[in-house]
Amino acid sequence: MDPIKTKIQTRSKETRQEIWGQLLSYAAIILIVAVVCSIFMFVASKGLATFTKDHASLRDFLFTTDWSPTTMGKDGRPLVGALPMIAGSFGVTVLAVIFATPFALGTALYMTQLAGKHGQKLLQSVTELLVGIPSVVYGFIGLNVVVPFVREHFGGSGYGILSGAFVLFVMVLPTITSLTVDSLRAVPSHYQAASLALGATEWQTMYKVTLRAALPGILTAIVFGMARAFGEALAVQMVIGNATLMPHGLLTASSTLTSVLTMGIGNTVMGTVGNNALWSLALVLLLMSLLFNLVVKWIGRKGRI
Amino acid sequence: MKNKQLFWTVLGLLLVLTACSQPAQKKVKPIQIVGSSAMQPVVEMGAHEYLKKNPAQKVTVQGGGSGTGLSQVQSGAVEIGNSDIFAENQSGIQAEKLVDHRIAVIGVAPIVNHGVGVTDLTLTQLRGIFTGQYQNWQQLGGKNIPIVVIDRAHGSGTRAIFDEAVIQDAKKMKAQEQDSNGSVQRMVADTPGAISYVSFPYLKKTFTTLKIAGVTPTVNNVTTNRWPLWGYEHMYTKQKTSPEVRALLYFMQNSAAVQTKLLPRLHYIPIQKMQVVKDENGQVTTKSSEVVNDGSD
Repeated sequence: MDPIKTKIQTRSKETRQEIWGQLLSYAAIILIVAVVCSIFMFVASKGLATFTKDHASLRDFLFTTDWSPTTMGKDGRPLVGALPMIAGSFGVTVLAVIFATPFALGTALYMTQLAGKHGQKLLQSVTELLVGIPSVVYGFIGLNVVVPFVREHFGGSGYGILSGAFVLFVMVLPTITSLTVDSLRAVPSHYQAASLALGATEWQTMYKVTLRAALPGILTAIVFGMARAFGEALAVQMVIGNATLMPHGLLTASSTLTSVLTMGIGNTVMGTVGNNALWSLALVLLLMSLLFNLVVKWIGRKGRI
Repeated sequence: MKNKQLFWTVLGLLLVLTACSQPAQKKVKPIQIVGSSAMQPVVEMGAHEYLKKNPAQKVTVQGGGSGTGLSQVQSGAVEIGNSDIFAENQSGIQAEKLVDHRIAVIGVAPIVNHGVGVTDLTLTQLRGIFTGQYQNWQQLGGKNIPIVVIDRAHGSGTRAIFDEAVIQDAKKMKAQEQDSNGSVQRMVADTPGAISYVSFPYLKKTFTTLKIAGVTPTVNNVTTNRWPLWGYEHMYTKQKTSPEVRALLYFMQNSAAVQTKLLPRLHYIPIQKMQVVKDENGQVTTKSSEVVNDGSD
């Protein structure tokens, strides 16, 4: 047969490579989607069992404050008031992000607009270093430094939302900083050039042009920081005091969704109401991270200039 | 080309290795132990002693909590489930299907921060503190410092022992919770006005250990129930067990290496030393099964 004809009609090595590569990436995608879906279904089925099987009421779960799932309330439903934990989680998250954002913004502006090569590199490696420290180390520092500090300077026992927020502040700082840096770098340089050419000072350019153009990116960075803070378990658990009480202030012991989860999950038996109630908390966490992701998507769409 | 060679060599080596390890696994069944993290060191060390005499046996000991241990042994995922609370008292566990092997007794003692000015309380006063009746150490003859109650996580074995002996049917107030004896130690040592409780191995000089109505928390007082805050360390199995598991449990309960050497060194109380027996409802009887006064007030 004609060698050229066979060469054209049969699959070449490169084609086979292509098909093989495609198959591999499809397999990877399917696996990941399947894992995500099954995690979602697992957590949802366990978390919803509290309400379907154990007949806890959703309203109690979201709006009451008495958390002791193994005991029954007066109406014969388990006491699953998760409001203290939900409030605690939001408390530390919002506070940590409020503390961290100005510092992150300042650092990012300095790194992208003002610093020379050396300063940039130095700060870059510092923020990367902060990301790499394991959370138990942050927790330990929190326990040894932050808690006594809060006790001496603010009062109370030192355990509470304020200490948790201080620890999380350091933990979310690198997340917000590096994402803000990315979005500031993405601002086209001719925006700045035009602004300077029109006679604006450096500060005016930064404030009115660069930051404005990078705003959606910065908001995304903040939301990512919130997601990180919301999901952090260990470091917060070590300093927040873990009392399932409605926080009366920033200095009284309280708890977060994650801290209650990690403390309780080993002491309960699968399928019991105590265990299911913890899964309901996990479901709230999962839904919150989904919400954070949606917010990021939404900002990305809305914020384009 | 080189990569392919490497691949086949590694594969060949793996095959040889698995072939080699096959016969060893056939002889003795490995034993998996899961459960209470407080018991983990003791069981690990006991198993280590056992392995010195039975090198062919494989034993893995994992933590994970009493609830995990009980549910895993109930489902048959592991051979032994460690628990520091009675299976009868863990919801979701059918205790009648499990067999209880008690290997040791652990005592629990209330501890306070050095500065509170109190060293002795009655059980009623202690209950009053944990139910929120007292807010200041002054009310108990101490200094003018607010009381900071530190509790253990719900479902912890140490908490179960404390609640059973001290709180009984009263309603405990909600307080800070910590998930380990270690963090309680630290917090009580550092926090002015703090009160909590730890098991005997965690008693230290960095905080004050309380007496209860004049009784000190010692091993001898536990064996006679003069000190009422104690509980068992259980190793639960299914009704039917393999000879390997039985041998290991016999060793844990009866060998001198565990009972007379290891346990006292770790501040646990050997099971044979106990002159009284406690059931799952907290009812204490002497070993001749006659009800004794439970030593409280």
